[in-house]
Amino acid sequence: MDFDFTTEQNGFREELREFLKVEVPVEKQEVFGRLTEEQYQFGRDINRKLAEQGWLAIGWPKEHGGGGKGPIEQGILNEDLGYWRVPKSGSIGLGIVGPAIMVFGTDDQKDRYLSPIAKGEVEYCQGFSEPNVGSDLGSLELRAERDGDEYVLNGSKMFTSYAFHADYMYLLARTDPQAQKHRGISLFIADLKTPGIDLSPLPYINGEMAAQTTFDNVRLPLSCLIGEENRGWYHAMTTLDYERSGLWRYANVRRVFDDFSTFCQDSAPDGGQPLANHPLVRHQLARRRLGMETWKLLCWNVAWMQSSGAVPNAEASIAFLYGSEERLRFAEMAMEILGPYATLKNGSPMAPILGNIEGIHREAMHLHGAGTTEIHRNIIAQRGLGMPR
Amino acid sequence: MDFSLTEQQLILGRSARQFLEAECPAAVVREAETTEQGHVPELWGKMADLGWLGMSLPEIYGGTGGSLTDQVVLFEEIGRALVPGPLLVSSVLASQIVLNAGNDSQKESLLPGIASGGLILTLARGERLETASGETGLTLSGESAFVPHAGVASHIICATRPAVGAWPDTTLVVVDGEGDQVFKTPMESIANYPQCLVEFDDICLPSEALLGDIAEGRPVLDAAVQRAIVVQCAETLGRAQKVLEMVVEYASGRVQFGRPIGTFQAVQHRCSDLKVAIDSGRMLTYQAAWRLDQGLLADDEVSMAKAQSGILSRTATEVGHSIFAGISFTIEHDMQLYSSRAKICEANLGDTEYHLDQISIGAGPQTQ
Repeated sequence: MDFDFTTEQNGFREELREFLKVEVPVEKQEVFGRLTEEQYQFGRDINRKLAEQGWLAIGWPKEHGGGGKGPIEQGILNEDLGYWRVPKSGSIGLGIVGPAIMVFGTDDQKDRYLSPIAKGEVEYCQGFSEPNVGSDLGSLELRAERDGDEYVLNGSKMFTSYAFHADYMYLLARTDPQAQKHRGISLFIADLKTPGIDLSPLPYINGEMAAQTTFDNVRLPLSCLIGEENRGWYHAMTTLDYERSGLWRYANVRRVFDDFSTFCQDSAPDGGQPLANHPLVRHQLARRRLGMETWKLLCWNVAWMQSSGAVPNAEASIAFLYGSEERLRFAEMAMEILGPYATLKNGSPMAPILGNIEGIHREAMHLHGAGTTEIHRNIIAQRGLGMPR
Repeated sequence: MDFSLTEQQLILGRSARQFLEAECPAAVVREAETTEQGHVPELWGKMADLGWLGMSLPEIYGGTGGSLTDQVVLFEEIGRALVPGPLLVSSVLASQIVLNAGNDSQKESLLPGIASGGLILTLARGERLETASGETGLTLSGESAFVPHAGVASHIICATRPAVGAWPDTTLVVVDGEGDQVFKTPMESIANYPQCLVEFDDICLPSEALLGDIAEGRPVLDAAVQRAIVVQCAETLGRAQKVLEMVVEYASGRVQFGRPIGTFQAVQHRCSDLKVAIDSGRMLTYQAAWRLDQGLLADDEVSMAKAQSGILSRTATEVGHSIFAGISFTIEHDMQLYSSRAKICEANLGDTEYHLDQISIGAGPQTQ
């Protein structure tokens, strides 16, 4: 057992914090639920600077433009970027697309796609969900038909985060409608500038602008197929496991919790004792600190498993499920303590901690990322505990 | 960062499970529950032979010099098997107090006995116990409730309010558990957990009864209690893990509505929630053990582990009884053995609310 980092890893964290201290002043940090275009672009700039330091893809192998370290270093990076509220960008490319190409891509695809991701030069979005397809992803309907040396895509994708900033979409499409459902799916990378792709805005309650994406006779060259035809489902599921610690999300919420704890210690709304001196408030804060520390450890457990070569499966679902619910518990607790002040937006008079509580109420309704909480419970029961289907 | 156990720890866990499956089946647990002492001397002797009672002691006192993490590995198995007897109080709590507060002669007279199982020590504490200094030396008086396994204790360590200073300043003394002026009244409780109300009738203590200095016992007591808390968290982990395995097995085989009830998501999700609580508890418990092994401050981590351990106890009880349902309401079913002992552990050494109160609520954002 060892709950500490190596000296070298601690050194990296120190250096990274020095960098963030200089590059990410408080006024540039993202407020929950208030992402602006300017902030998004700022996040892109930070990513490029991280890449110049060799840190952006620190867990990738050197031959693909990475830092040659492992999941622990990648976890340190993600934890600190989340904690210092660097607006998120590039995560689909770095966490999902790149690793898939490393495993299943051709040499030509590796040359073409990996380096720009590692340098923070491109943005990817992910095309998995569809209007009729959510938890039962294997029944997806977007059709890709082979026509000579091209695939022709028709159908639509839904809940496409980052779509309006993205250069490429990493998507699953049905290439063999006759095959059993998971065995007729293939994995593609589509340039979003390809004619026939249309994005319609799908604003999210957390302030993000996602899209519904329609494909109307979109022609992709064969070189856009990643891995084997009709094996896309298995390729995608394998590489979903690549960066699953969820440390960015944890730390992003943890920062607000820490700010909130400080606020409760400093603020005496009725001119009397600070909020945190009230036994019920103190008790609530202690419960949530316990929850936050637990969440952190469950995330690091996933990162550690990956660093030791294991494939976290139920463990990743445990960390993700715990995190989604802990974030919600925190938001609810803040409401119980702050009452109507918890509803005040950034910019409003008397909004506590920059209106982050208002924002986190909206963010906390995101209970479905990487699977709904029910799907995660199914995974834990069926794959983790071996319960019958 | 490495959350794996060493090969030796894995072997310790495996061999402990094998041993306890053979030597401490539910029948032994049930038998012990029917006796006033709740102690199985034969099993006790075998555990001493395996080195379990001296695990936290140096070799010169007959111990095996194991780490707290080693002990946590062992006590996961102890909890899983619901091992009866004064293991926690004698081999962890009392042995640490003697080791860290005792002088050489006290250590030599007590520690090898703890390790061999020949001596059984327990701990009485509280502000109603007082040591006063008089012309004839120290006098011990007062009473202490919830003294575990006092009935079989050869010695009782008393954490007392000292004549100088005020509670929680503490003077530690060790007295003969079977002396004339020690009166033990059993406090009958759930699972027939053997504990007593112990009264001390103005006992004149010889000088060798004093462990450490007058009014200086608190740090040693607190450190021993911290270790005992972590070890008890491990017991709870072991119990909860066994409950989960029992429940999953039952749900996978029990057929209602024409299919195993384990295929119903309502049942699966309860099991998942218990699994999440176990993994949470395991991370927090091992983190606390690791910090103490490293000599790091661990006040918050120990309290977090114990608070979560209480939550885990409740989750295991609730999930177990709800899925086993009617059959687990019978005495003949083993689930009640687990849930009644969960209540003991939940309340012992500070309950969830107490430990939540100990957790510091954070000093704000990490340094930037």
